[in-house]
Amino acid sequence: MLLRHTPKEIKERSALAINPAKTCQPIGAMYAALGIHGCLPHSHGSQGCCAYHRSALTRHYKEPVSAATSSFTEGASVFGGGANLVSAIENIFTVYEPDVIAVHTTCLSETIGDDLPQMTDKAKKSGKVPEGKHVIYANTPSYVGSHVTGFSNMVKGMAKGFAVNTGKKNGRVNIIPGWVEPSDMEEVRRMATLMGLDIILFPDTSGVLNGALNGEYKMFPDGGTPVADLVASGDAIGTLALGEWCSADAARWLDTQCKVPCTVLDMPFGLKATDRFIDTLRKVAGVNVPDTIAFERGQLVDLISDMHQYFHGKKVALVGDPDQVIALTEFLASIDMKPVHIVTGTPGNKFEKRIDEITSEAGYKANVKAGGDMFLLHQWIKNEPVDLIIGNTYCKYIARDEDIPFLRFGFPIFDRVGHQYFPTVGYKGGLHMLTRILDLILTRTDRDETEEKFELVY
Amino acid sequence: MPSSAKKLVNWTPTDIKADMLAKYPPKVARKRASQILVNEALGNETPEISANVRTIPGIITMRGCTYAGCKGVILGPTRDIVNITHGPIGCGFYSWLTRRNQTDASAEGAENFMPYCFSTDMQDQDIIFGGEKKLQAAIQEAYDLFHPKAIAIFATCPVGLIGDDIHAVARKMKAKFGDCNVFAFSCEGYKGVSQSAGHHIANNKIFSEVVGENDAEKPGEFKINLLGEYNIGGDGFEIDRILKKCGITNISTFSGNSTYDQFASAHKADLSAVMCHRSINYVADMLETKFGIPWIKVNFIGAKSTAKSLRKIAEYFGDPGLTARVEEVIAEEMPVVEEVIAEIRPRTEGKTAMLFVGGSRAHHYQDLFAEMGMKTLAAGYEFAHRDDYEGRHVIPNLKVDADSRNIEEIEVKADEQRYAPRKTSEEMAKLEAAGLKFKEYDGLIPDMDHQTLVIDDLNQYEAEKLVEIIKPDVFCAGIKEKFSIQKLGIPMKQLHSYDSGGPYAGFQGAVNFYHEIDRLVNSKVWSYMKAPWQENPELSATYVWE
Ligand code: SF4
Ligand code: SF4
Repeated sequence: MLLRHTPKEIKERSALAINPAKTCQPIGAMYAALGIHGCLPHSHGSQGCCAYHRSALTRHYKEPVSAATSSFTEGASVFGGGANLVSAIENIFTVYEPDVIAVHTTCLSETIGDDLPQMTDKAKKSGKVPEGKHVIYANTPSYVGSHVTGFSNMVKGMAKGFAVNTGKKNGRVNIIPGWVEPSDMEEVRRMATLMGLDIILFPDTSGVLNGALNGEYKMFPDGGTPVADLVASGDAIGTLALGEWCSADAARWLDTQCKVPCTVLDMPFGLKATDRFIDTLRKVAGVNVPDTIAFERGQLVDLISDMHQYFHGKKVALVGDPDQVIALTEFLASIDMKPVHIVTGTPGNKFEKRIDEITSEAGYKANVKAGGDMFLLHQWIKNEPVDLIIGNTYCKYIARDEDIPFLRFGFPIFDRVGHQYFPTVGYKGGLHMLTRILDLILTRTDRDETEEKFELVY
Repeated sequence: MPSSAKKLVNWTPTDIKADMLAKYPPKVARKRASQILVNEALGNETPEISANVRTIPGIITMRGCTYAGCKGVILGPTRDIVNITHGPIGCGFYSWLTRRNQTDASAEGAENFMPYCFSTDMQDQDIIFGGEKKLQAAIQEAYDLFHPKAIAIFATCPVGLIGDDIHAVARKMKAKFGDCNVFAFSCEGYKGVSQSAGHHIANNKIFSEVVGENDAEKPGEFKINLLGEYNIGGDGFEIDRILKKCGITNISTFSGNSTYDQFASAHKADLSAVMCHRSINYVADMLETKFGIPWIKVNFIGAKSTAKSLRKIAEYFGDPGLTARVEEVIAEEMPVVEEVIAEIRPRTEGKTAMLFVGGSRAHHYQDLFAEMGMKTLAAGYEFAHRDDYEGRHVIPNLKVDADSRNIEEIEVKADEQRYAPRKTSEEMAKLEAAGLKFKEYDGLIPDMDHQTLVIDDLNQYEAEKLVEIIKPDVFCAGIKEKFSIQKLGIPMKQLHSYDSGGPYAGFQGAVNFYHEIDRLVNSKVWSYMKAPWQENPELSATYVWE
């Protein structure tokens, strides 16, 4: 037993987090910044945080993740990191030649109260920012929220740093996809394009973190949202923010500051959330839904009907980021599975309320906690076993100890390769998810069934 | 693809250095110039390199931080200590199971906290009002839940800034529990210029709080400590297998596959054998000063190095039975190794490597490459000091700067009761006269060929330049470097974590490494990078059926 010290009996903990279901803000900011074309993320703090964030993103995406750091030592920690940041900006533009530097803070620079707007301004005034190049920033203290908060803060930083309202609408629609895989961003774009929309998708990590191997290394790959698009986002006719936690802040900022009206939707995981997404796109653009999309939807419904016999009543434990988990809970409940233990590490009461709504509509009450950890999730599982665990890589320890099938989903996935190439959003993503879930369940049946019951045909 | 076809001819190492520096702003170029060295003959002297100096802001470094060195590297591989990271959630999260330290906790009742991540998950009110209360409560909760032998506390950046007295909290809780050692590490990320500072902080504290706590005799003959071996990918298991086969008793590994009791009993050994010089040489010194245990440098990476290290240990003990047994083991193990080498060498001979990793690995692994007939063209460390490059004789001349002054040095004296020289000074002198060298390490530079490049704190830009110009057949570094190198079509082997492989230490490990490098340098994948229409874009021929 790898988690042999986890007791079944649950005791309230007030101070000790065990096996967290979240990590810290800057890594989210770094991931978001990689979704701008020609952008080098910059971590303003000691180099350790930056090394950790790059390592974790690299392990998940299996792609190069470049980011610079202010490399604080004790002196900067006492006297402030202004000098470090200014020389970092100069060195970065000289050596790596990015179009954009996206600065985020770490606990260290936040705690000493470094003033990013003032520092980046100083860099600009002293001529360290070449003509036509940009420095944007986001505050990402890790003792508030989680990696999801950091992602959201940097996405808002993009809007603040670039969006311009010229007073003339450009007819385009902003879509903020939230923290999903590069393949998901691609899929969001594909669906919107099929609907005939001209969209500005930001951030967009497709082509950046699911690249090709061709003998060339580009620190700034061809993918990513172009700066011109980010500037144009201020003139869009509307913004669709996918996910309250990841995307709503930026959308609301564009709404109040640039008069771009926004709609906040769930992330389009599963049938219903994708339906709402497509329906909103239809209304925003004033178009009919094309047959191709209706057909894709029908395929997903078909698959659900074919698979329903295996899913009905199966209990699931679910852990991940709030926007993803909410949509996934709804998806699972809609196919008559029962997510009974649901945890997100990111704090926020709204999460528990939304989950309660979804599960009570399905006629039961789940164990749910925002700001929870995987130790608690494991204890819940010990008390009420499940048929399937869905969550990030770290769930494999629980899955092995309790001998439960496990679907890797969310961030991070360190121990499997290829997830960055297949979408989980939209109808297509739904097909992919359900296929993987059924595979796990039937593989288990094939393993456990007695010989006389072992069947070829289902 | 025949590697000789793409080899450069017209570049000298001096050109390459100049090219790497060309793009830097002048201040940066000057600093980097002192950390990049073309290895050349200077009479009897080793050329001097600048090392253990600050990383340049904005330059994408391979380094990590003090906390990573302390919690991740040194304490990470010990299974029965509850390691609580005091700080916001990230630091604890990233050091959770990410170093591939393996451990064997299969014994009945064995404790194993390594799969757990413990953190105080500080929130903004803890930063504003101080985190001591929360830390104290967290220690109490850990004690109530797990009743471990020891709880270790690690400070992250904000903790040092807000001034939480983690040591006072630790002392208080230790006194309260009575049956659980509680100690704390001031290993805030900003404390040093790299992980190295964290190794130092960790080792000092383990030495002062744990080493010597258990005076019970340890069973076995020829007792040694193995220092600076972290059991990545099972290296420590393989070394233990060999030592056991030889009849040598390893009573404590610092800190691969280790337990609290191994640290507590380390003073019962008769010899310390040091693997990673950087991360732990001072512990070997302290064990000698306080308890009278001499130390030698060993290297179990490479079959020949392993044999040599075993012979060194046997020579120290001077027991004919042991010496004979060691020779038998070497004779037993080597045929398999040689068989594999014979098979693989025709495919690896003449190929080239670059190694930029750790504080000893970039040196040790050159032996393995040499066994395959591969040449190391450039190497360097991520966080070494000058002595790791130039040898221990430079230690007295090392400058103490503001950054090194940050790291507490502990005063060690001979223990009044327990100091016992393991050999008389005559015996030591005799061994030395016979060629066994104590407390000695010559560093990486003398072992590298002339006109190779030695580069400290290599960064991403320079790595890319090196690879583009020299096109080595394999590049070794860490996860952050892996994919940018591979995009250039050069296989990259992680030598911090070994990717998914290992062990690479000892005889079995050498065999594993030969196979792995053979796989990498001869993989077909690198020949698929260009599509046929990219290799021959001209539209000249038509197919017969047209
Ligand atoms: S929690 Fe703070 S100090 Fe730790 S890695 Fe994250 S930003 Fe850095
Ligand atoms: S050689 Fe390292 S411990 Fe020594 S430092 Fe390396 S990765 Fe580690």
